[in-house]
Amino acid sequence: MHDAFDSAIRGDLSSARFEPGPTEDKLILSMGPQHPSTHGVLRIMLELEGEYILRAEPILGYIHRMHEWMAEQKTYLQFIPNMGRVDYLHAMAWNWAYAGAVERLAGIEVPERAEYIRVAVTELNRISSHLVWWGAYLLDLGAFTPILYAFDDREQILDILQSATGSRLTYSYITIGGVYDDVPDDFRERCIEFVNRLRSRLPMYRDLVTDNVILRGRCEGIGVLPVDMARRYGATGPVLRGSGVASDVRRCEPYGVYDRFEFRVPTYPEGDAMARYKVRLDELEASCDIVEQVVSSLPEGPVTAKVSRVFKPPKGEACMAVEGARGKILVHVRSDGGLKPYRVKLRAPGFSNMSLFSELAQGVLLADAVSILGSLDLVIPEIDR
Amino acid sequence: MKRIKKAFTGLKSLAVGLGVTGRAFYAKNVTVIYPKEEVDNLASYRGHVELVGKEDAPDVPKCVACGSCAKACPSNAFTILCPVPPKEGEAASDPPVMGPAPQRGAKTPSKFILDFSLCSLCGQCVKTCPTKGLRFSNDPYLVSFTREDLKLDLLARLHSQAANSQPVPVPDTESVDK
Ligand code: SF4
Ligand code: SF4
Repeated sequence: MHDAFDSAIRGDLSSARFEPGPTEDKLILSMGPQHPSTHGVLRIMLELEGEYILRAEPILGYIHRMHEWMAEQKTYLQFIPNMGRVDYLHAMAWNWAYAGAVERLAGIEVPERAEYIRVAVTELNRISSHLVWWGAYLLDLGAFTPILYAFDDREQILDILQSATGSRLTYSYITIGGVYDDVPDDFRERCIEFVNRLRSRLPMYRDLVTDNVILRGRCEGIGVLPVDMARRYGATGPVLRGSGVASDVRRCEPYGVYDRFEFRVPTYPEGDAMARYKVRLDELEASCDIVEQVVSSLPEGPVTAKVSRVFKPPKGEACMAVEGARGKILVHVRSDGGLKPYRVKLRAPGFSNMSLFSELAQGVLLADAVSILGSLDLVIPEIDR
Repeated sequence: MKRIKKAFTGLKSLAVGLGVTGRAFYAKNVTVIYPKEEVDNLASYRGHVELVGKEDAPDVPKCVACGSCAKACPSNAFTILCPVPPKEGEAASDPPVMGPAPQRGAKTPSKFILDFSLCSLCGQCVKTCPTKGLRFSNDPYLVSFTREDLKLDLLARLHSQAANSQPVPVPDTESVDK
């Protein structure tokens, strides 16, 4: 690593001020869209020697929206819609993390039916998030067709979630004390129908993409992440499980009613991009299993606890960890007994996972760096918050 | 030998891939071509909020101008105006001065504006309303060239809805007369 730096162009990639390089082959390349109106704006400064990367440095902050600061300006209930916008692909998990933290703080007991519905919608949302990742990753690798199939399946989930929540992307469904509204009567049938549909589509995904020689060539042995490094960077979620560590918040510190369901925590020991890919595809099946179990044992009852309109939790602090599609989401709320939170800290899994990129991209081909970046499944609004 | 094997696996991948896409080519079209067609699942869609009329008088809102929705809204999207009661010893001005709800003595809103360009469709207002006077409309097709157009006058909307809707079953007036 240090040898590479010794022959590198001296300068600071963040401020883009450089001294002339040692040889003519050194090249500074800015990768990524930079216009503020595009979504998911991640800029990566690369220093290249020919086609090989010497240094890679992600530059953040293009869509920083001050969610944590906004929390201090709004009441507890008013902050809920922000959570759906932190990570637009797995909004439910963020909803849940925040609502759960506030419930712990105020000692609110959530009705059982609400807990079950929360699991069902979060898992459906996880499937949709993985499907978007799958399509977008393959798009990054140059395959156009898969994203159309993925979006076809995802659209079915969005229809189900729309019928329950009213929205298709940025949900504010999980509220403090339960869920916003009850699910429609045909929720169970539609979920089962979808689960069966996805299960029948997964072999097609495997034939078309997973077993394809081109994909294997682009993923196998690329961006190998040793467990030790994953731990040091605080990687979580499929990135960590792709290095062989069976760590999943749903299993390690079960929240809600996750301890009542049987599901597999897939791990692959290789640590390369292909392992992370396979973990996510296996998680699609695992989530299908959970959804099936939830909707077939959905208890009756109220869907929300009584929460006063003027909600004031007692003084104190509370913390809640949730397994998002990208890893461990953690929300820490501190209250001074007033109407507004004193401080809300959001831990985004994508931030830690992204930090790995500089390390993994060193010395690889430029095209492989794209594959590594995609395999980390970054959602930039979540990283910037 | 190795090269032949590699070429063979490559060809096999190609054939499998073409098979999958080929089947999709002849499958039913799933895309709804939007401007020419419209989706049919809008009943569960959460569009902008609108006022609910009373059961017996659909053009009178259930709203009692308490102002809780305006307070609950994270984005300050509501402007609810009611006449300000004149100060003691002062004559009521004409037209009356308007102030934000709640105002003493005002039981219905005189103006109920939702600035939809601010709204994030979170539903806090619907949840908080004590009279269940707000609900989500199912209208996703709001298009405008100016922000001003998105300041929706919900009272006017309620009135036009009431005028266009089927005549509501007439309440049993006989029992009232007697
Ligand atoms: S909360 Fe309901 S009753 Fe009060 S002002 Fe709003 S719509 Fe009217
Ligand atoms: S839905 Fe939310 S943002 Fe929109 S008007 Fe109601 S409270 Fe305000």
